[in-house]
Amino acid sequence: MKRATTFAAALAALALNAAPAAAQGIDETINQVFSDYTGWYVGLIFADLPGTNFSWIALWLVVAAVIFTVYFAGIQLRGFGHSIALVKGDYSDPDDAGEVSHFQALATALSGTVGLGNIAGVAVAVGIGGPGATFWMILAGLFGMATKFTECTLGVKYRNEYADGHVSGGPMYYMVKGFKERGLPGGKVLAVIFCIFTILGALGGGNMFQANQAHAQLANVVGDYPGWITGLILAAITFVVIVGGIKSIARVTEKVVPFMGIFYVAVSLVILVMNYDMIGWAFGQIFAGAFTGLGVAGGFTGALIQGFRRAAFSNEAGIGSAAIAHSAVKTKEPVTEGYVALLEPFIDTVVICTMTALVIVITGVLNVDPDTGLYVWDEATGRIATTDGSSGVELTSAAFSSVFSWFPVMLAIAVVLFAFSTMISWSYYGLKAWTYLFGESKGSEVTFKVIFCLFIVIGAAASLGPVIDFSDAMLFSMAIVNIIALYLLMPIVKAELAHYIARLKSGEIRKFR
Amino acid sequence: MSQELFVVAYEGDDDSGSLLDYAIARAVKEGAALHIVHVLEWSPYSFLTPQEVEERHARRKEELARAKSAIIDPAVEKVAAAGATATGEIRYGQVVELIVEIATTRAAAMIFVGRSGSNSVAARVFGSVPLGLAQLAPVPTVIVP
Repeated sequence: MKRATTFAAALAALALNAAPAAAQGIDETINQVFSDYTGWYVGLIFADLPGTNFSWIALWLVVAAVIFTVYFAGIQLRGFGHSIALVKGDYSDPDDAGEVSHFQALATALSGTVGLGNIAGVAVAVGIGGPGATFWMILAGLFGMATKFTECTLGVKYRNEYADGHVSGGPMYYMVKGFKERGLPGGKVLAVIFCIFTILGALGGGNMFQANQAHAQLANVVGDYPGWITGLILAAITFVVIVGGIKSIARVTEKVVPFMGIFYVAVSLVILVMNYDMIGWAFGQIFAGAFTGLGVAGGFTGALIQGFRRAAFSNEAGIGSAAIAHSAVKTKEPVTEGYVALLEPFIDTVVICTMTALVIVITGVLNVDPDTGLYVWDEATGRIATTDGSSGVELTSAAFSSVFSWFPVMLAIAVVLFAFSTMISWSYYGLKAWTYLFGESKGSEVTFKVIFCLFIVIGAAASLGPVIDFSDAMLFSMAIVNIIALYLLMPIVKAELAHYIARLKSGEIRKFR
Repeated sequence: MSQELFVVAYEGDDDSGSLLDYAIARAVKEGAALHIVHVLEWSPYSFLTPQEVEERHARRKEELARAKSAIIDPAVEKVAAAGATATGEIRYGQVVELIVEIATTRAAAMIFVGRSGSNSVAARVFGSVPLGLAQLAPVPTVIVP
């Protein structure tokens, strides 16, 4: 607890550095403080491999996803049908009714990942990397399914179950218990490092990025106003939910968010149907851009890096967060959660992100040089020039509103709700890491939750650049540690999978309907 | 001939007293046994926050214990005191679906259900338990006001 207080004080001091600067603009000061404190680390994480312009971290994630795909013999393809059957409840024992179903586990994990990554993240990727980024994003999503399978199986297998029935799990638990089982050293150290990154990732990508983009979208609709106002309101609502335990607000959000997700896909489909003659062309752009860049600075690697980055940020495969979410599910078979979890990158990236990308490409909000057919690169902003100069969530909004003028209002509501549900999810992931480090006392939990709410205000007030970079850097740092553990523990998953499939074939695990 | 079984869809709220009294009276008269079923409304497709997912298993245990001690046990005792035999069952799911299933598998002779008492638009549009049973019950069903 003392450690917790010291850490809290340090973080609060960082936050309060912004206070005296009210007169000269809180936003700018926060940005400055932010860049000063985090810039060097962000640079390290996104450093290029020597002699190339390919960042080593993107390679790290993709190589892992490919290795897991090969090691589990394409589990995302051969296990896809079984995943669907599990989610439909075909294998659920009716006597277990009242426990969390596979569908609910999937929906809860998805509500933490589906959101701004799919709307704003894709726009960032396509805006910088061109349509080709979509190709790499889809590919990364497909391979990432194997990574999710691996981490979520381990998450369930090595969770802690307590006498009162509650469970705690996630990479920190499989790092410690799994390493011990295999006689490997360093599990505890890895777990502590992972938890530190998770806390910072929760405050970054799971919080500040969300608050930041929610504000951007609101300001886009109602006109510009200071970010800290949005921040304070969001922080107050989140505080009431996570500290006050007012579940009704969370429950309303959890009900509206899936509806918003379905609505978003439906509107995208309508736009695609209205422009059905351009779908072939759009896919042509995506494939051509994937290998040539179509005038994008950085060419093919630019597209590839943006695609991979956004896929990882959106579906969180390899990050370890899903392992925390899934480990809370009461199930007898760890592998079933792996099967269910592998659907997440598919729904999140292959379906929803692709929708956003297609709409952006088809609606022509990215400027194309009519003579060369290449995209017009804007040196000043470091991205493709757009019809109204927008980027991120505003670009998505512009793309959709070019077809439906009412869309920005709808999107603003969706973005705020998505942001909110992601923040609720990440407050949980962060809390699990926090309590792993500082103990599961009430005081320690409240300390983290208050810090979490404080960072919502900072996130909403800061400008996009430093926040998005810091968010990515923290999430990818989680992936560095997590994937090391996954490599060392994957034989355990393989044995678990073989055992499960054998019992499935022998009929010991049977369908209930 | 073996003893007949009446299934009682028992909510256990304040209005359920008259339902149970009526079912007991019928059971005593016919020499039938009562099977009192309390269903905890539950959908495997509802949405939960991560915190709720974590607590679900513990909550379920609590809910089952509470339903047993506050609803089923007193009801079974009341039936026994009246001189009829009774069993109890607590299930999670959709009320109508489960009552129909139980009545079928246990070869019940009759179902007793309380009038929903709700006159709301929602109840009219989406139906209520007695309405659902009126449409789907496999055996004669008595709706007790």
